Amino acid sequence: MTKPFATVVDIAADIAAGKTSAVEVLEQHLARITERESDIHAFNLVTTEQARATAQQVDADIKAGKPVGPLAGVPVALKDNMCTRGIETTCSSKILEGWKPPYDATVVTRLQQAGAVMVGKTNLDEFAMGSSTENSAFGPTKNPLDTSRVPGGSSGGSAAAVAAGFAAASLGSDTGGSIRQPASLCGLVGVKPTYGLVSRQGIVAFASSLDQVGPFTHTVADAALMMEVIGGHDPLDSTSLPQPMPSLTSVLGQGVKGMRIGRLADMPDGCEPEVLARMDAAYVALQAAGATIVDIALPSLSYCLTAYYLVAPAEASSNLARYDGVRYGMRVETGDLHSMYGATRAAGFGAEVKRRIMLGTYALSAGYFDAYYGKALKVRRLIANDFAAAYEKCDVILTPTSPTVAFPLGDKTSDPLTMYLCDIFTIPTNLAGHAAMSVPFGTGAHNMPVGVQVLAPALGEQTMFRVAAELERAS
Amino acid sequence: MSTPSSGSSPARITSEVVAKVAKLSSLHLSDDELALMTTQLSGMLDHFADIDKLDLSNVAPLAQPFPLKNVFREDVVVAGLDRDEVLAAAPAAEDGRFRVPPSLGLGEQ
Repeated sequence: MTKPFATVVDIAADIAAGKTSAVEVLEQHLARITERESDIHAFNLVTTEQARATAQQVDADIKAGKPVGPLAGVPVALKDNMCTRGIETTCSSKILEGWKPPYDATVVTRLQQAGAVMVGKTNLDEFAMGSSTENSAFGPTKNPLDTSRVPGGSSGGSAAAVAAGFAAASLGSDTGGSIRQPASLCGLVGVKPTYGLVSRQGIVAFASSLDQVGPFTHTVADAALMMEVIGGHDPLDSTSLPQPMPSLTSVLGQGVKGMRIGRLADMPDGCEPEVLARMDAAYVALQAAGATIVDIALPSLSYCLTAYYLVAPAEASSNLARYDGVRYGMRVETGDLHSMYGATRAAGFGAEVKRRIMLGTYALSAGYFDAYYGKALKVRRLIANDFAAAYEKCDVILTPTSPTVAFPLGDKTSDPLTMYLCDIFTIPTNLAGHAAMSVPFGTGAHNMPVGVQVLAPALGEQTMFRVAAELERAS
Repeated sequence: MSTPSSGSSPARITSEVVAKVAKLSSLHLSDDELALMTTQLSGMLDHFADIDKLDLSNVAPLAQPFPLKNVFREDVVVAGLDRDEVLAAAPAAEDGRFRVPPSLGLGEQ
């Protein structure tokens, strides 16, 4: 399938070879932003001046014969929950509006060191809580492929920025599917790495035992390159895994011959028939490439939603306690400290964030802890056990990324539970701490893209990327 | 829309409990918000009662994907955050510190 915009790999190669310049590439992307951003709203902030300065520096370095990084001159966008020193970081929340972090997230530093050019901070569901980017305090993002539909979420702005050609790649964060689901809905590759493979330092915490950062790109090779840049041990993140980042770009051509691909024997209800048809086509394609299809079971799959929507809000209620009008963001002035906390948080947080703080606080509170949070952690163990048993029989598991293609704006905003059901296939990976990625694999209803999700065990990225590359070749 | 839960899950969440949770959460909610929150949380908790049918008596909880352990580094001095830069981002600062209203409600400002 031809891609509508230049890839990260091609842009980096062309700039390094002098076929084009970083400034020229940047201006092409800025021109597309000027043309379509008012319809899409991918960004909370476009950093035009900083981007131009960085691109000029890259061109000067190349001209001077200095060594440049693997992403030199590549325009990238960052989800607006990643700290950028001196540049507003809002999490699409009124409570942080105007806040300029005093440091860069580790992934931001690594992108800068690789020569990437940051074009802006992208919109998200407030504090990454949502599956459609409609929970942003600054208004929803639209799907560039059909602006009457959502881009998915919570990293919807990062997905839309790449799908619209505003950036060649972007970073998102994935707590329960927030990279993979928007990648699927926007026809992109999206990666949720193994927990601990990519640093969380400087990423505004939502649910610390589930959050991971990963890339959005047009191709699997681009995603592999982005992962190699951002991944690997970081001493500033205490949950960072000690091992070095495995090579991914070198394994993409290795194929899937002899590999065992797990297929869910019992598919949960609610999948669109066109999505299931694309799944069948994916199995056929991998079989034709020499893989074996193995039926597997994840008996606890249907309980993951409950486990996730108790564990994630519980962790969030604790993480979001820090927004109290003292150290950053807004404050509602009242007479005393405690009423200032309550008034600031009431004015600063949106409805979904309040709902999750309340749910999490309730699940952790005396008298309810064992019935909710305690039980949810046990269900979390069950799904980890299910995966362990499944991976005795197979190397990777294939599922749809999302049960449906991109849905119309406003379709699921009235009932929070309907929105939560979007995450049925993506949540288990986060609960287990494993790796997963979404790969575009044709279209479904309304001619909108369908994503196939490749799930792999912890640190199974090399195998996962081989399967993803094969699916891309077959699509 | 949703039916009351049964079995081992706690009784339905009441508006009094929701009001208490709002206080624990440091969230001033309006009466309308409290009423809506009670309805929505009830609906969610009914749905979440699905795990009550699982026998979890012999299952160990899993709070982290991989076991956490203390991380140490060499005891060398490294640069911290710039104090002025940090305080500049705060709603109020004074004499190199964050400024907050009185904690004992001693009169209006």
